Amino acid sequence: MVVLTGYDPLPGGLRLPRGIVLSEISVLSEPMQRLLFHSGYVEPPSAAAARRTKLPTPVATRGTHENLVRMTAPRLLGGLSPDGEAVDLRTHRAAYAEPPISRRGRGDAAIIDAVEAAGLRGRGGAGFPTARKMRTVAGAARPPVVLANGTEGEPASGKDAVLLSRLPHLVIDGALWAAAAVGADRVVIAVDRSNGVAAEAVAHALAERERHEPSAVAIEVSWTPPRYVAGEESALVQFVNKGVAKPTVGAGRPFQRGIDGRPTLVQNVETLAHVAQIAAWGPDWFRLDGTAGEAGTALYTVTGAVTRPGIVEAPMGATTMEILAMAGGPSVPLQAALVGGFFGAWVPTEALWRSHTRAGLEPYGASPGCGVIVALPAGACGLSETARLVAWYSAQSAGQCGPCVHGLADLAAGCTDLAHGGGPGLVEQLRRWGSMIEGRGGCHHPDGAVRLLRSAFAVFADDVAAHSAGRPCRASASVPFIYVPDAAHGWR
Amino acid sequence: MISCEGHGVCADLVPEWIALDDWGYPLIREGAVPVPLLARVRWAVSNCPALALRLADT
Repeated sequence: MVVLTGYDPLPGGLRLPRGIVLSEISVLSEPMQRLLFHSGYVEPPSAAAARRTKLPTPVATRGTHENLVRMTAPRLLGGLSPDGEAVDLRTHRAAYAEPPISRRGRGDAAIIDAVEAAGLRGRGGAGFPTARKMRTVAGAARPPVVLANGTEGEPASGKDAVLLSRLPHLVIDGALWAAAAVGADRVVIAVDRSNGVAAEAVAHALAERERHEPSAVAIEVSWTPPRYVAGEESALVQFVNKGVAKPTVGAGRPFQRGIDGRPTLVQNVETLAHVAQIAAWGPDWFRLDGTAGEAGTALYTVTGAVTRPGIVEAPMGATTMEILAMAGGPSVPLQAALVGGFFGAWVPTEALWRSHTRAGLEPYGASPGCGVIVALPAGACGLSETARLVAWYSAQSAGQCGPCVHGLADLAAGCTDLAHGGGPGLVEQLRRWGSMIEGRGGCHHPDGAVRLLRSAFAVFADDVAAHSAGRPCRASASVPFIYVPDAAHGWR
Repeated sequence: MISCEGHGVCADLVPEWIALDDWGYPLIREGAVPVPLLARVRWAVSNCPALALRLADT
């Protein structure tokens, strides 16, 4: 299992339930389950695969003073109920005091200071410092709104679904603490309406509160359509305001003009769960786990060629391989990993021994994003997988901006050609199109596809050469590995 | 949303400053518009069929 140094007990005699590595996945959306249970893949025997079957040795050993990584106990997953049910309000209140009542328009700097001292960064993908976001919104002229983003449009991610369906009160408490911090009198929780288990748990949790713990803050749920772009901040705000989950440009960013034109603090639900724990136990406790630079733990959705795919919790600074080990480790030899999800990048196996942080992954043009790791087995064709992911990007375009609509369509078609063999000049054409659409479109949706494609060209360089020479991998003709959901959903 | 529909009028009027990508959508150079081009850039802004072009003071 995971080898980490410097295990410390929790301070003040605090007793958390024993850690649970979640490997049952009934709480996950149907596409997620299909991703996890994908069994159609058959590793084809090929010389290229055989060459790649030996994993490289670690580049460094662990646990020197400079890169000390600590983990005490799973903090979020440790609170899960072992019976697989959502933790009810009474049980939750036994461990967590009720958040303070938010004073409309008058934030509480002490809460923001605690979040800042903890060093918490957003766990939704961008990794922005949470306290800085809070301070901007708290200092605005008009009373703000808190928007808890639980849409989790990233197809390969399931951690937010776990939090919403198993620990809804921790998330709601976090939203209420955030509301008190910024002086918000309204909280909106955005949940993907196709995720029935999470939706039901959140609705039930709010009903419990209505009965036993009526709040001065209005808490409502926004049931969002299952589209990737629907989780983008401005799209989410427009959905709450007008019922259309498409991004906007020029209307001001949500932290300036969001829900009802009021400054809106948009935070991922895992971030809010950490906020609730920091508020309860303090920044020093939060910093017990992780590294000096990146504090706390994070949830990871680990799938692909691992023995026990599922959601795990690891300290910041853990290596990718340590996180894979928490999910049972690689089930077959690997050739690469997709980190950050569909909206992420491929990294080579040598990167698996680096810390799974922004700094550790940066040399590969990757970042942890929302904590997705998909382990790609040696026999799969990385270019075929990439082509299907780029096609997904194209299908997920909101259809509002020309470069996104047409550029991604051409990019996807070109990638499919490359997966099947490709011809002279195709790779150059794809690179040129990538540069052409980068940074364009209102919500910069194409940027994700461009980053993914560039990482594929770097990590699967041998395959690119072979495919371009008309010698595609044998795997490119077999069943694909990563499950890609279809995009047959509306925007309302 | 970006209201541009790829008519390409802007690139015809100010080719020095606006090019079209492979799909007919404008690629506008970054930075301040040079004074000699200002008149034609204003002309392009007011002649955009989709009213998608704006000239901003910075």
